[in-house]
Amino acid sequence: MTNALRIQDLTVEYKTRRGVARAVDRVQLSLEENRTLGLAGESGCGKSTLGRAIMRLVPHPGQVAGGNIYINIDDDIPCKKGDIPKGEVDITGLNEEQMRVLRGKEIAYIFQDPMTSLNPMLTIGNHFIQMIQAHNPEIEKEEALDRGKEVLEGLGILPERVTDYPHQFSGGMRQRVMIGLGMVLRPRLLISDEPTTSLDVIVEAQILEQMAELKKTFNLTMILITHNLGVLAQTADDIAIMYCGRIVELASTENLFEAPQHPYAQALLLSVPDVTKPNKKLVWIPGAPPDLVDPIPGCMFNPRCPMAMDICKTQVPPLIESETGGLVACHLYGGK
Amino acid sequence: MTLRSYVTSRVLLMIPMVMLLLTLVFVILRVIPGDPALLHFEKGVDPVVLAEFRHRLGLDKPILEQYFDYLVGILRGDFGISMQDYAPISTHLIGRFPATLELSIYSMIFAVLLGLALGVKASKNYDTVTDHSIRLFSIVTYAIPVFFLGMVLQFFFSIWLGWLPTGRRFDAHWMPPPTVTGMYTIDSILAGDLFLLVISVRYLILPTITLGTILCGIFIRLTRTNMLETLRMDFVTAAKARGLSDGTVTYGYALRNAFLPILTMIGIQFAALLAGAILTETTFSWPGLGTYLVDRIGHRDYTAIQGTVVFFGILVSMLTLFVDILYAYLDPRIRL
Repeated sequence: MTNALRIQDLTVEYKTRRGVARAVDRVQLSLEENRTLGLAGESGCGKSTLGRAIMRLVPHPGQVAGGNIYINIDDDIPCKKGDIPKGEVDITGLNEEQMRVLRGKEIAYIFQDPMTSLNPMLTIGNHFIQMIQAHNPEIEKEEALDRGKEVLEGLGILPERVTDYPHQFSGGMRQRVMIGLGMVLRPRLLISDEPTTSLDVIVEAQILEQMAELKKTFNLTMILITHNLGVLAQTADDIAIMYCGRIVELASTENLFEAPQHPYAQALLLSVPDVTKPNKKLVWIPGAPPDLVDPIPGCMFNPRCPMAMDICKTQVPPLIESETGGLVACHLYGGK
Repeated sequence: MTLRSYVTSRVLLMIPMVMLLLTLVFVILRVIPGDPALLHFEKGVDPVVLAEFRHRLGLDKPILEQYFDYLVGILRGDFGISMQDYAPISTHLIGRFPATLELSIYSMIFAVLLGLALGVKASKNYDTVTDHSIRLFSIVTYAIPVFFLGMVLQFFFSIWLGWLPTGRRFDAHWMPPPTVTGMYTIDSILAGDLFLLVISVRYLILPTITLGTILCGIFIRLTRTNMLETLRMDFVTAAKARGLSDGTVTYGYALRNAFLPILTMIGIQFAALLAGAILTETTFSWPGLGTYLVDRIGHRDYTAIQGTVVFFGILVSMLTLFVDILYAYLDPRIRL
């Protein structure tokens, strides 16, 4: 299997008035084709920033401070400012125009809040026309609109509604429109950042199901960013747990839920309610994550970790292979 | 609410507003101390002449009857007669208004284009030297008095370089184009006379730049602030993530959504522009309504002042109405 995405030593920093906050810290990650990776962690752990970095759309004042992001491209992609050759491409080295060509065509991104992700001044149809024509200027408006209608119909939205404006749609429908816009050019990689967080549970289930179908139909590789482990249990093949900008554990979904290795992953799972075990006692994690502007040495989790040792306070644990076949960054497993 | 009922309600709302305006002008001109008829003449005027004067202007009638005559007159487009020559004020207004309108339109276009361009540039280069310089420019131009800038430009371009005329509307050696709209540039084009067009443009340049520069500051600030807000919005990032070009995202997404408050400001500033025209027109001896008003005030011609002020007032109300309707046309959320 080839890697659809390979991230090497990626570091993203936000330059704030108080100092530099390292939101993503030397992350290593590779993702095989046609698999769904869940990226989980609490708010502020850097999961969204990591997703945005893959699009090279880290919000101001953030910037990629180091590392490489490789994506795999099937065919040569023509571009006004230098064609992009097929094969593995380091997108951190591309110019803005090359990056623009890749966005939407190779990598699609679905945002958290569908209520604010569409231009209130444009009809849904115009969103599709602009999207398609931005990548294929030779396609006529009518044809672009027809393609949009087709995609919307597949997602359960009446095609004649292309003349409507975003405010005439419900949240769930808008998110379907966003997914439609993401899928219309058949990208290889789909990153969705909390796509269902602002929706109710029933709509959430429908959307997740539709995304799973799309994944099958279009052989998508997916990254699903969420803090909701329940969503990942249904949809992800593998799960990466992030804490303070670092990946602390990466395992198949089954292994992660059965036998979490990292103390943080274990604690995280204990804090999730389970409908099949109504009597399960929920355990919270004491303390709060450290300040990223003034990071602590060693493992970032050590002040909250029940199994912390002396070495945890001084040395950053490397990401090593775990007993279950995944990866884990914890000194508990380093000794072997 | 449909577009039709929206427009109807706006038009109906305008009626009490205009009534209030008419009444206020009428009352203010009558409660200020001094008899308008006496003030008009030198000391020791013959009582017979004075009585005849009052009678011709209708100032001998009871105040309520004067008020009623005044309202009915305005409804019929009759703004009263001038104390100076007993000629209908509407004739003066029609003769002078095109000059003011022409200058106002070009100044507004200049101010809005410059304001939008610099505002967008500043917002896209947020917190850089470019941004700070543009902000400084906007404050300086906003604070600078019209006549000062006008005289500096006159000194530099007319007296020192000798490129442009210092004032007036047209070259005294040539006949202005035949009157159709009264705006010389448009009349020249209608007459198909390039030579006359060049002359009228030459006379327009300095007053337009003066008035436009003074006005553009507020548009720069407004554009910049609103753009900073819309540029951070989800739908802008989402549009970038779909690979839309920088131009489409900046103008079609960010600016288009930032434009409504700017449009309101255009309407409001048009009123300020007409008031500003008084100073600009005086500086450049521009034969418009502004110089007419100043001239009439100098002669204590109360009826003419009343007529001109009412005309300005009605004009501004109509402009506001027009902007409101345009607003609804541009924003689909208001239309519904």
